[in-house]
Amino acid sequence: MTAIPDPSKKGFKFSQLLYDTRYRSMTIQIIALFGILLFFGWLINNTASNLATLGKPIQFKFLGEPASYDINQRLLDYTSRDTHLRASLIGLLNTLILAFMGCITATVLGVAIGVMRLSKNWLVARVMTLYIETFRNIPVLLWIIIVFSIMIETMPTPSAFRSGEASMMLYDSIAITNRGVYVPEPLFSRSLGDWNLFGTSSLRFGISLDLVVILIILFGGIFASRKVKKNADKIQNETGMRPTTWWKRLSLIIFPVAIILWILGLYLGYPELKGFNFKGGTYMRNSLIALWVALSLYTAAFIAENVRAGIQAVSKGQSEAAHALGISSSRTMSLVILPQALRIIIPPLISQYLNLTKNSSLAIAVGYMDLTGTLMGITLNQTGRELETVLMGMAVYLAISLAISSVMNWYNNSVKLVER
Amino acid sequence: MKKSAFLGTLAAATFAAGFAAAGTLDDVKAAGELKCGVSTGLAGFALADANGVWDGFDVAVCRAVAAAVLGDGSKVKFVPTTGKTRFTALASGEIDMLARNTTWTFSRDVDLKFEFAGVNYYDGQGFMAPKALGVSSAKELDGATVCIQTGTTTELNLADFFRANGISYDPVPIETNSEAQAQYLAGACDVYTTDASGLASTRATFESPDDHMVLPEIVSKEPLGPLVRHGDNNWGDIVRWTLNALITAEELGVTSANVAQHSSEAGKNPEVNRLLGTEGDLGGMLGLDKAWASRAIAVNGNYGEIFEKNIGVNTPIGIARGLNASWTEGGLIYSAPFR
Repeated sequence: MTAIPDPSKKGFKFSQLLYDTRYRSMTIQIIALFGILLFFGWLINNTASNLATLGKPIQFKFLGEPASYDINQRLLDYTSRDTHLRASLIGLLNTLILAFMGCITATVLGVAIGVMRLSKNWLVARVMTLYIETFRNIPVLLWIIIVFSIMIETMPTPSAFRSGEASMMLYDSIAITNRGVYVPEPLFSRSLGDWNLFGTSSLRFGISLDLVVILIILFGGIFASRKVKKNADKIQNETGMRPTTWWKRLSLIIFPVAIILWILGLYLGYPELKGFNFKGGTYMRNSLIALWVALSLYTAAFIAENVRAGIQAVSKGQSEAAHALGISSSRTMSLVILPQALRIIIPPLISQYLNLTKNSSLAIAVGYMDLTGTLMGITLNQTGRELETVLMGMAVYLAISLAISSVMNWYNNSVKLVER
Repeated sequence: MKKSAFLGTLAAATFAAGFAAAGTLDDVKAAGELKCGVSTGLAGFALADANGVWDGFDVAVCRAVAAAVLGDGSKVKFVPTTGKTRFTALASGEIDMLARNTTWTFSRDVDLKFEFAGVNYYDGQGFMAPKALGVSSAKELDGATVCIQTGTTTELNLADFFRANGISYDPVPIETNSEAQAQYLAGACDVYTTDASGLASTRATFESPDDHMVLPEIVSKEPLGPLVRHGDNNWGDIVRWTLNALITAEELGVTSANVAQHSSEAGKNPEVNRLLGTEGDLGGMLGLDKAWASRAIAVNGNYGEIFEKNIGVNTPIGIARGLNASWTEGGLIYSAPFR
C-alpha cells in the first residue's frame, strides 16, 4: 500500500498560484485588480499631465477666490464678494431644497394616483392612466419649460398690481405674479437669534434657534402622543375597549407648539408692493415653482406605477380574507394591503428619489441657480476650471444620492418582512 | 496581446488629441473647412437664415479667414455656442476659432489660455427697459429684476455696478438671448442687460421696438473680438492679420468692388500692393499664398462694408459707427501697418 501524499503538507510553491485550483481564482482576481488600477492610474496621470502641458494643472485654489457674481435665491447670506466655494454651497442648498420639496410632493401625488388608478370607478382609473402615460412619456425638460412658460405668460406682472389690473389674494396676503408667488412669512418679535457655525469662513452657516426649539417641542409632542397611543393599544388588548384618545393626542402636539410660538412672539410679515417688486414675505421664485411642479408631476407618474405594481403584487386572498373578517375597504387598504405592498414599492421608490434629485440639475433651463448653475455653471465659466468643477459636482451629486439611498434602505429594512 | 493593442491605440488616440492643437492651419487645410464658433443667434452679428446660411458681422470674420486660408469663404462650418459652452468648445478643439462677441479680458487671455486676435467691435454693457417702466437711468433700478445671459462678463459687471452704487437687484440668469427676450417681453424681468450692441440687435427684432429704450449708462468696457487657442502662434497670426487686413482695406479704400482690380496689378500705393500681394510676399510669411488678403476682402468687403451691411444705420439694427469708426475718422478701429 502506498499512501497518497497530502499536497498541502509539502510547503507552498509559487507554481501553485497558477496550477492549484484553490489559489488560481485568487491569483487571477489580484492580477485583474492590478490591471484595472494601473489603467485608471494611467488615465488620471495622463489627464493631469496633459492639463499641465496646457498650462492648467489641476488645483482647487480658485475656490477661495471671490465669485464676483450674484445669486438670486439665497438660503444663507451671500454677496458677490464671497468665494466660489460659498457660491457653490448656496447652489447646493438650492438643489437640496428643490429635491426635498419634489420628493415629498411626488410621493404624495404618486401614492394617491397609483391607488386611484386601481379604482373601480372607470372614469377615475382612465383619467389616472392618461395622466401617467402623458407625464412619463414626455421628457421632463419639456415639462419644466412648459410650466415655466405658462407661469410667465399667464400670471400678472408686479406692475399690474399697481395699476389695479391684478389684486392680491386672501385679504391681501398672497401675491401671485409671473415672477413667483409671495406668501406671508412667519417672524418672531422675541426671536432667539441664530446659532452661527464656522465663524466667518466660506462655509459659515446660521441655524435659526427659533426653528430648533419649535422642532424639539414638536417632536416631544409627537413622542408623547405615541405614548398615549401605546397606552390605548394596551388597554384595547386587555379589555377590548379602545379609549377615545384623538383629542388628547392632538392637543399634546398642538398646544406646546402654540405656546412656544406665542412666547417667541409669532407674527406674519406680509408681502407689499414696493418699487419694482413685492418686498417682504416669503418669495417662491417662478423658476423654483416651475421645477417643483414639473419634477413632482413627472416623478409622481413613475411612483404611481410603482405603487400600482406593489398593490397588485399583494395576493388577492389577502384582501378577500380582510373582507371576510368584516374590515372596511379603506382599512383593508391601510392595514392589510399597503404594509405588504410597501416592501415592494420602496426599492424602486429609492431610484425615483434619486432620479428626481439628478433631474433637478436641469434647473438652469429656467434660470434656477442650483449646484449645476453655480459651481458647474458660472464658476466653471469664469475660472475655466472645467475638470475640477465637474469632478466636484459629480462628487456632490454622488454624495447626495448615496445619502438618500442609505436613508431609504434603512427605512426599507425597518418595513421589510422579517422571516422566521 | 489584444489588451495591449487596445491600450496602445488608446494611448495613441490620447496623444494625438494632445498634439492636435499644434498645427491648426494644417488641420483646417486637411479638413477643407474652418470650424468657427458663433453665437446661437443674434440678429446682425450671427444669424442663420431660413436656408441655414449664416450671416452677420461676426460671421463675416469667419468667412474672411476661411477665404484667406482655404480660398473659399463658404467653406466654414458654423458651430453655434452659448456663453457657457464657447470656451470649452474652443479649448477642446471642437472649433478652430471663436467669433462670438466675446469680451477681451485679462483672465480669458491669460488664465483661460486664449489668444485674442484683436478687436472688431468696441462695446459696453447697457440696460434696456420698457418705456412704460418710467426709468431714465440705470441708477434708478433699485430692487429691479434684471435678466442676464449667464456665462458672460455681463453678470460680473452687473454685480460690480449695483454694488458700487449701493443698490439691490434680483438677477435672473438665462442661457440664450432668445430665452432672455421671451422673459423680458413677458415682464418676468424689468430690464434686460447685455452689451449695447446686443441690446440694439435684440430690440430690432421686437414687434414694437419704439416701446423700449436703452438706458444711457454704459457700465463697462467690452472690446469684442475673435479669439483662438493659446499656443499656436501661426494660427493666431493668421486670424489677427486677416482682421487687420479688413480694417486696413477700409483705411486704404480697398472695397469688395475694386479689390479684384487692385489685385490684378501693382498700383501706386505700396501699402495696397503689399496688402494684396502684388508686391512682396506677406502671405508666404503666414504660410499662405500671396492673394490671401485679397480673397478675404473679396468675400464680404472691408471692415466698413461689413459693418454697414450687417449692423449699420441703414439696417434694422441701426448702430452708428461711433467708437467703431476708423481711426482716421475719430474712432478706435486701428490696424498695425502691413510691412
